[in-house]
This record gives sequence, C-alpha cells and structure tokens, in this order.
Amino acid sequence: MKNKGSRRSPFAAVLVMAAGLALTGGGYAAATAAVEQVKPASAVASAAQVEEGRKLFLANCASCHGKAAEGSAAGPSLIGVGAASVDFQVGTGRMPGQASGPQLQAKKVQFTQEQIDSLAAYVASLAPGPAVPTEEMLAADGDATRGGELFRINCAMCHNAVGAGGALTEGKFAPSLTGVESKHIYEAMVTGPQNMPVFNDANLTPEDKKDIITYLKYVEENPSAGGYELANLGPVVEGLFAWVFVLGLIIAITIWLGAKSN
Amino acid sequence: MTDKSVKHEKAAARQVAALFFTSIVGSAFAVYAYFAFPITEELGTVRLNTLLLGLGITLGLLGIGIGAVHWAKTLMPDAEVSEERHIARGSEEVRARAVEIIKLADSESGFSRRKLIRRSLYGALALFPLPAIMIFGDLGPNPGDTLRHTMWKKGTRLAKDPSGLPIKASDVTIGSVFHVIPEGLSELEHHKLEEKAKAAVLLVRLDPADIKESEERKSWSYDGIVAYSKICTHVGCPVALYEQHTHHLLCPCHQSTFDVTDACKVVFGPASRPLPQLPITVDAEGYLIAQSDFTEPVGPSFWER
Repeated sequence: MKNKGSRRSPFAAVLVMAAGLALTGGGYAAATAAVEQVKPASAVASAAQVEEGRKLFLANCASCHGKAAEGSAAGPSLIGVGAASVDFQVGTGRMPGQASGPQLQAKKVQFTQEQIDSLAAYVASLAPGPAVPTEEMLAADGDATRGGELFRINCAMCHNAVGAGGALTEGKFAPSLTGVESKHIYEAMVTGPQNMPVFNDANLTPEDKKDIITYLKYVEENPSAGGYELANLGPVVEGLFAWVFVLGLIIAITIWLGAKSN
Repeated sequence: MTDKSVKHEKAAARQVAALFFTSIVGSAFAVYAYFAFPITEELGTVRLNTLLLGLGITLGLLGIGIGAVHWAKTLMPDAEVSEERHIARGSEEVRARAVEIIKLADSESGFSRRKLIRRSLYGALALFPLPAIMIFGDLGPNPGDTLRHTMWKKGTRLAKDPSGLPIKASDVTIGSVFHVIPEGLSELEHHKLEEKAKAAVLLVRLDPADIKESEERKSWSYDGIVAYSKICTHVGCPVALYEQHTHHLLCPCHQSTFDVTDACKVVFGPASRPLPQLPITVDAEGYLIAQSDFTEPVGPSFWER
C-alpha cells in the first residue's frame, strides 16, 4: 500500500538525530573551550606569553616602573607583587595611570584580558607573588553570614557596612564595591592596592575571602528591607534628604495654607 | 471667586469631594496592599509591603487634610472676624460659693481639726520619694579601677577577631593589618563586650626603618610589628581606617588621624592624646604575646585623667 498521507521522508529521523548530535557535541566542545579560556592565568605561563608580556610592559609600563620593573621615582618596583596585583590594577583600568591625584581611580580598561594575562605572567616571572585566584575560590557559594561578620570587622570601617565605599584622608577614598568583579575583590584583599592594607591568607584564609565575596554578592543582589537606601551612605545623605526635601515640602504646605485662595 | 460664581463654587465642591474620595481610595488601598503583598521569608517583600502600606495610609490622611483646607479656603466665608477677650475673674457670687465649698469640705473631713491625721499625712508625703533615691543609688557600682585596666596581661596571646585564633609574628606581612582581641576573650562568660571594647587592638607591620621609636618604647615592637589600642582617645570610636602608604590611622567618627610610624601621635582632628601602645613580643612558639597591659588607660579622657 502506498503511504500517501505521510509527509515524512524516511531520512528525516536520521537527519534530526544527526543535527541533535552535532548541536550537543558542538555545544559541549564550545563550553569546554570557554571553561578553559577562563583559567589560563592559573596554568603555568608559557615562555611565549611571558615574552609577549615583557613587550607590552616595555611599551606601556616601563616609563614609570623601570625597564626591568625595578621601579623609579614615578612608580614602585613590581618585583614580587605577583600576577594578582597586575590583574587587579590593569584589569580595573587603574593602570596605566593617566593623571596624578590623591589616588588612581578605576577607569576604562585599556587592554584585553589576554594582554593582561601576558603582563601578569611577565611580572609573576620576575619573582614569586600572589597568583590570580581560581574560579573555585571566587564562587559566591560560601557562608554570607560569616562573611558579613568578617567584612564588618576587617573592611566595613573604610568600605561601609554594605560596601558602599567611604572617604579617607586628604581626598583619598575607599571605593564602592558594588558591581566589582569577585576576582578583583579577591585580588585587592591579597595584594592591598594603593592605601588598602594587605589581607594575606594567614589573616583572612581563602575560605574567609570566599565568604566575604559571598556576603558582598548577597547584599548586591538582595534589596534592602529598610526601604530605599539613598546610596547607603548613612546619616549625611539621609540628613540632607530630610533637610532639603522634607523640610521643603513642609514649607511649601505652610505657604499654601497661608495663601489666599483664588 | 467661588462666592461670586456658581460655576466656580460647584467646581470647588467637586474638588473637595474628590480629595475626600482620594482619601477613601488610599485607605482602602492600604488595607488591600496589606493582604495582597504579604511579608514572606524573603527580605524584599518587607520593603514592598511597607512601601505600599505607607503610600496608602499617606494618601488616606493627606486626602482628608488637603480636602479640609481646600474646603475652608474656597467655600467657607473669608470675612475677618474679631473676638473680644473675656474677663478671667469669676463673678462675686461664684467666688463666694467656691469658698463655701472649700470650707464645707474642710469641716466635713476635719482636715483643720484632726491634727494627728494631718501631720501623719504630711510625714507620709515627705517620705514616699525616698525609695526612688535608693534606686538611683543602684545605678552604680562605681567603676573603680576598671577604666585603667584591660584584659591584656603579661603573656596573653594576640588573637584574630572574631575567630580567636592566635597570630604568629610570621603571619603579619608588611602592609597587612590585623584586628586583634586577647586570646580567651571569646570564652569569657560575663562582660565579654565590655572587655572587647577596652582590649581591641590593631596590629600593623611596618618597615622597621620607617618607625620613629622613643628609647623607652624600643622594646615594645617586634621586628616592625606594632600594636595600638583601637579605641579613639576622643570619644571612643574604633579607629581602624589604616592607610597602608601614609601609615595614617583615621577615626571614622570625627576624622581624628594618628601617625602609626610615630607612636600614634595625633596629626589631625579633635583627639588630644596618642593611641596607647600595647607592648608586644613573641613566645617560644613564635606567637605574638603582650608584655603587659597597656601602660595608660585606653579610650577617651575621663574625670580622673
């Protein structure tokens, strides 16, 4: 009997299976490639990468930090600062510095992650120093409550209890930690950039650091239960709001009460 | 305008009614929001619930208030009226009657006649505040010498806050800052917070070449590691904003700034005394220990200091 009703070719099933296999297999290959892309810094740097980093260093950094990263009057020695320091400073755009001031601020990043990795590999090849943290150290799946306590004891005095940042002396300030990548938070703790003190692994263990990052990501993702935060900057902003807007509103109502109706 | 034109009067009346109706809507919305957006385990729901409830109640009250004022301003007569002041003194008859009542009360109760009752009542009234004075006495006890001493004593290990794990000198690398409590603080059963408030210490390692030390304090630091009280000498806030390059310690409350390289002397701000230094050394196992208690009272000045 001729099957006139069927609109399927006998090859359809084969084709669908082939397409499915290609998609899942290809997807898996792409995913593993992406995963491997993430962690070249933790792998041993190749000689070529170090050489590439040295060239970038000579072109972009040597004028201040010296030809062999030995430092000069314009910039500190980078021997022993480690890959984590380079990844933080260059990866947040603080380096190369462009304007002098109380402190170097985060700005547009000027290198690709690949170039930053090369620079970091070069600086790390000069002397041992803190390495770039691995993905596992950064996963925000620690204990947020414990992280909160550690954050309040070690960090909150400068960075504010929810990481909103705060003022220091003579124009320096502790930046807001909202939206900062976990990697950069971790690197800042390990290396102590600019006026921030160092929190080495004896002080805050890698687990402590993970908990702190978990806490910061928690407060970033969960809305405040207390209403709108007014930038979380505390009594100054709240006072300003009350004096300007609330008092203004009261004055406006008072004027309306006393005004003649038209 | 509304007293001249019927059209305006009607419009004003409608506005007032609309304002009162807004109030009704606001109050009803507040009730609705309370049930429609309940507070659950999730923190964000507290915010939504209070926000909508607050907006509803605000509208409910504001509608009545603005409506009443609008009513008075547009529809009620605005002619100015003056009111005479009345004499406060009562009429002679009223006054005489009052005296009569008081006299009657006195004769009926026998207040003037019964000396014993009257005097014993005076005595009772005079003595009844006495227990209050006793209770004020319980606001003590006097602090004694607790303001002059902390938990630190010879050989107490410096431990990390909050874990209480002791710190080795080798853990403290240059540029790092440790928030320190005396070992054993976490195990205290009474007055833990009082002791912590006095004994909190900040531990910093400096390049020994950077430190200016007086002759008598030469032995108070260990290989560039210095420990200072974290309690501001101004009004007692925790001074913990340490700047790694300038070696300045900043107090977040009133911006007193102390120089860690120079015995934590005040370089700016309202504090008048340097932060007290804790003399430290290491024990046989390499852990940092205190040589003694602070040699002066920590924290703000008090009456005998």
